[in-house]
Amino acid sequence: MSLSLILSQLLNGLQFGVLLFLLAAGLTLVFGIMSFVNLAHGSLYMLGAYFAATAYNQTESFTLAVLAALAGCIVVGMALERLAVSRLYGRDHLDHVLATFGMMMFFNEAARMMWGPQPYFLPVPDMLSGTVNLLGISYPSYRFAIILVGLLVAVGAHLLMHKTRLGMLIRAGSVNPTMVGALGVNIKLLNAFLFGLGAALAGLAGVMAGPILSVQVGMGEPVLITTLVVIVIGGIGSVSGAFYASLIVGIVDTMGRAFLPTLLRDMMSREAANAAGPALASMLIYILMAVVLALRPQGLFPARRT
Amino acid sequence: MQKQSSLRLATILPALMLLMLAVVPFAASYFEQPFYLTFFGRIIIYAIAATALNLALGYGGLVSLGHALFMGLGSYSVAIAGFHEVDSGLMHLAITVAVCALVGLVTGAISLRTSGIAFIMITLAFGQMGYFVFVSLKQYGGDDGISIAATSKLFGLDLGNSITVYVTAFVILLALLLWMARLRVSPFGMVLRGARENARRINAIGLPSKRYQLLAYVMSSVLCGVAGLLLANLNAFASPSTMSWTVSGELIVMVVLGGLGSVFGPLLGVLAFLGIEEILKGYTEHWMALFGPMIVLVALMGKAGVVGVLEKIDHRCKPGAAAAVPPAAQTGESAA
Repeated sequence: MSLSLILSQLLNGLQFGVLLFLLAAGLTLVFGIMSFVNLAHGSLYMLGAYFAATAYNQTESFTLAVLAALAGCIVVGMALERLAVSRLYGRDHLDHVLATFGMMMFFNEAARMMWGPQPYFLPVPDMLSGTVNLLGISYPSYRFAIILVGLLVAVGAHLLMHKTRLGMLIRAGSVNPTMVGALGVNIKLLNAFLFGLGAALAGLAGVMAGPILSVQVGMGEPVLITTLVVIVIGGIGSVSGAFYASLIVGIVDTMGRAFLPTLLRDMMSREAANAAGPALASMLIYILMAVVLALRPQGLFPARRT
Repeated sequence: MQKQSSLRLATILPALMLLMLAVVPFAASYFEQPFYLTFFGRIIIYAIAATALNLALGYGGLVSLGHALFMGLGSYSVAIAGFHEVDSGLMHLAITVAVCALVGLVTGAISLRTSGIAFIMITLAFGQMGYFVFVSLKQYGGDDGISIAATSKLFGLDLGNSITVYVTAFVILLALLLWMARLRVSPFGMVLRGARENARRINAIGLPSKRYQLLAYVMSSVLCGVAGLLLANLNAFASPSTMSWTVSGELIVMVVLGGLGSVFGPLLGVLAFLGIEEILKGYTEHWMALFGPMIVLVALMGKAGVVGVLEKIDHRCKPGAAAAVPPAAQTGESAA
């Protein structure tokens, strides 16, 4: 186990983490502020990737592909919010689970109808196809770009939430939506905007994951579940919590998969390690979440509500 | 609700459906369509699982998005025991009950420390853990699943036979429905339903609501495990996909579609779910694109489900009843 291997896996974990953050940021706001369970968030991620792949095949421009994904996801997200989600805000979580589960079924099947069952291919843009040299190890520049974009979005989200009037309204709306509405703020529009923003971030995550993973039906579900884990660990409704938890989950998951089987092999017989290693590695984040919930049910970095 | 005529849709329809399920084996052999047996057998087994989930979800208000885990555990109890050449049905049942009770107790005790969204998420996480454990058990088939080497043999019966497993499952479903009807109005059921409405008041009376909820969760886990055991025998196959979280989601949809918290709701919900699926499949391979929006509509219209609709019709048809029992007095819960 060389140092450069550990370092490059750490970067991979970081890259996975910021990708998770893009999904978690939107989801945690909807979770925390509207108290809405959105299982269809993974579908928006998938749609983003498909929109981008289609736009790229038409225009061969990665920039246009990103724009198409953002625009498409905002439109779909806002439409969803107006048509169904906004009617469910006051209801209990079971209704949310039910409705968004139905949406997920619909989007998966619709994607299969429109784009076919074969995976789509979204290439790495030429500009980012090389490698960068980081502390002596060479790392694919596309993955490095993902890390940069993710960190930029994190800074942007922090500034939006804490330095702008809009962010102030969002935070106020999370504490007392009725009062914010009574003060003359269009809370419905605010909610729709938030949902659209979350959808756009999910779409962005979809585009960026596209060249690394294949664009296919059902790609949203595994990442959705991981995102849910992130949100619960970070504390529901807290954007900064989502950021830290994304990085923790991303790094723990990547490092676990990369090194746990080898580590176990030193501790127990080879056969037992071969069986337990991958199982334990894929369970690691769930174990982490169960431990966090059992010890701190409100999450590691709960949103301050005072 | 004192004067109830015996002719109520909400009781007639489930009775008719049970009668139909009882006739299926004869029809299957008469028309020589063994497909009927496997299709309706699947319905019965899912009805057992959904009824079990209803105990936690409907009576207890515990939104568990991980109940497929227990179905999977039941299936793998048969598969793994069969793999090691154990074919005793009693042994399979004992393993299923013990494993599901233990896992249900541990996961339930941890999950119940949380509530609301966190409860949904943590049950989902436990389900995923189970899924990944069985995906990585390569000696038992891993990702591909495993054929059942020895089906459960119980009191001279072999559950590998499709008629035997059908009849066994049907009898279990009948007994379960009877028990659920009694449990619903028993002191235990009352406390459970009370805790769903307002746990703080139940605690204030001096009843530990968490302990009742935990017991309900464990019982529902074990019953789901029994459904899994039957499913493994019916399909002669156990697969990790039984544990995937979409199955948990489908179980929730089935319960709500039929009527949350009612006795016959889960049965009707499973019939509706699998029936609609089968019908839509006849028209298009993209049936989920139609079924998904239907589920969204059900959620938007509130979760009265099939049973709720039937009861509404009953009230319309009974002269004077609508005035005696204002519909608002019984929202949220149906009496069938």
